[in-house]
Amino acid sequence: MTAILFSNARLIDPEAGTDGPGSLLVRDGRIGGRGAPDEAAPEGAEIVDCGGRVLAPGLIDWGVKIGEPGERHKESFRSAGLAAAAGGVTTIIARPDTAPPIDTPESLEFVTRRAADAKVNIRHMAALTKQRAGREMVEIGFLSDLGAAAFTDGVRVVSDSKLLSRCMAYARGTGALIVGHPQDAGLSKGAAATSGKFASLYGIPAVSPMAEVMGLDRDLALVAMTGCRWHADQVTLAAALPALRRVRAAGLDVTAGISIHHLTLNEFDVGDYRTFFRFTPPLRSEDDREAMVQAVAEGVIDVIASFHTPQDEESKRLPFEAAAPGAVGLQTLLPAAMRLYHQGGLSLPQLWRAMSLNPAKRLGLEAGRLTPGAPADLVLFDPDAPFVLDRFALLSKSKNTPFDGARMEGRVAGTWIGGNRVFGDAS
Amino acid sequence: MSFRARHLLGIDHLSPPEIVTLLDLAQDYAGLNRRTIKHSDALAGMTQINMFFENSTRTQSSFELAGMRLGADVMNMSMQTSSVKKGETLIDTALTLNAMQPDLLVVRHPQSGAVNLLAEKVNCAVINAGDGRHEHPTQALLDALTIRRAKGRLHRLSVAICGDIAHSRVARSNLILLGKMENRIRLIGPATLMPAGVGEMGVEVFEDMREGLRGADVVMMLRLQRERMDGGFIPSEREYYHRWGLDAEKLALAAPDAIVMHPGPMNRGVEIDGTIADDINRSVIQDQVEMGVAVRMAALDLLARNLRAERGAAAAGVMV
Repeated sequence: MTAILFSNARLIDPEAGTDGPGSLLVRDGRIGGRGAPDEAAPEGAEIVDCGGRVLAPGLIDWGVKIGEPGERHKESFRSAGLAAAAGGVTTIIARPDTAPPIDTPESLEFVTRRAADAKVNIRHMAALTKQRAGREMVEIGFLSDLGAAAFTDGVRVVSDSKLLSRCMAYARGTGALIVGHPQDAGLSKGAAATSGKFASLYGIPAVSPMAEVMGLDRDLALVAMTGCRWHADQVTLAAALPALRRVRAAGLDVTAGISIHHLTLNEFDVGDYRTFFRFTPPLRSEDDREAMVQAVAEGVIDVIASFHTPQDEESKRLPFEAAAPGAVGLQTLLPAAMRLYHQGGLSLPQLWRAMSLNPAKRLGLEAGRLTPGAPADLVLFDPDAPFVLDRFALLSKSKNTPFDGARMEGRVAGTWIGGNRVFGDAS
Repeated sequence: MSFRARHLLGIDHLSPPEIVTLLDLAQDYAGLNRRTIKHSDALAGMTQINMFFENSTRTQSSFELAGMRLGADVMNMSMQTSSVKKGETLIDTALTLNAMQPDLLVVRHPQSGAVNLLAEKVNCAVINAGDGRHEHPTQALLDALTIRRAKGRLHRLSVAICGDIAHSRVARSNLILLGKMENRIRLIGPATLMPAGVGEMGVEVFEDMREGLRGADVVMMLRLQRERMDGGFIPSEREYYHRWGLDAEKLALAAPDAIVMHPGPMNRGVEIDGTIADDINRSVIQDQVEMGVAVRMAALDLLARNLRAERGAAAAGVMV
């Protein structure tokens, strides 16, 4: 039996909503129990002196793009694992929008095997329709049996409502979770920014924010019709919140997420056509950003994730509307979230509910908690340690981050998976 | 000298004194251009490359003539038929040209921001000859000079811009320039051709053209850019002409001495009545073309002066 005592820590327990001093005992890779900060170590236990830093469940990053198969030059399982460990992410929920997409049991088996290269836990989502083409549903049953975490076509919206309703009805029978991208595909076609004064003056093709509200309304109506378990990958607008509140009050099994970028940046950050700030959906107004931080605090938005999307330099060194969307985020999710903490918008337990506990609950994972018996997937970090981000120092193969050169706070000192240290030295 | 810009990428980056400096110099060049011997040595020995990723006859020839009258070696590159088709990226094209040591690069591109991107990668001075729906600064400057010559001033005028505002870089640049010079701007057009967020731009918006033209000192018509339309913005050309085409009856609502402008090329009978376009008492459309060459000469000259100063300073080891 192996044991580790994390002493002198500031423990974040998202389940209890507590943030306070204590020590944590880990036995055989699982959480043992808690004690006083200076609790005596059991005999033979390794002692990690946390020095007053924060010890919390590792982050569960839901919606990470890894370039395997198809775009391994942008990101491999190995490089994603290194970046995740350095960023305090202990579980990656990978996206199926690869080339080819993960839409068959065979391709799911392939990525499951390949994921052994990574230092952190990886679970895979599968596509909802074959080739993500929106015409035929995938083998939801087989894929679920093989461990598909959820089913999604990513940012490609299934426009055919009849097909989507059948996917949902079928998924309901298997208990599978469907992840939707709320967006009206017709209205948002070709858009690279949110319509408004900024996009108009810079001449960037833009989409009305209403496209997200319309997409959400349609999807929620279909959820009400079929009763399936459903999660919105990104809800980014204040105008979309009333619908979410309404269906939850009505008892639908619906949750929603948002990217850390939509919580920390706004449309004006694009500035002079900086393509690292191009996202799908595009960045929103400051009013929306503030409303969404509030929505996370209230629990209307359940999940915060990085939507890690590696892009090589050539995909970004293009005119804004031609550049590929997305940013890497595995290593910047935690320090970016610290902006929300330091600005006073969200407490650490609130952040950890959204970045660890809620995704675990929604996806049926045991992690994300400090409860005895839960896997000892942990992150130790100093929330106040300042640094200037250098994109070339990131461990991801791709360096497309909007935070290049930004002053950030929050440095990860150590990451553990099942009680094994995967990042940080022993000091 | 109060013109300090390294590139001319948009009106947005210019201060009112810089705009006035450029217009004053262009006014001088307009005088030169009416002489028989239209030659200056301002750009003697310098190389100007016109790089057009989008078709243009008028703007390209205007820039070509401007460069030639100032004594530059001018080369035109039609990028639609070149290496771009072989898959070369915009940045590689820019680097290749940069290696040929041009001094002035005039660029038009169908995507907004593309000229800004290119300007970051080259050592020479870059002039934006139109990028997507973003800016077309020399058009706004030539419009400004035309207005100043016709009305005797460039401030406290009521300017109506009418037509396809949403797809127009000419409208954007004009709106910024005329706003900086403290004019009153009215935008007129159907809601489908109005950009989003127009309410926050400090302009008045009219769907009813008659209402919008009332008392205007300047009536600026825009081309209905059919080639840019995905389809479905307006029901038909004839309905557009009926509601937003400039004819004598609608023009009568503007100030009695109002001038009529159009950046060209015109669609007679779609956005403007041919008789009005040809009315020498109202239309300054031909003056716009004439001022276009003068304004481009001034822009090339001023950027070349800054370039020489920068290079001279670099050679002498001083910071500017």
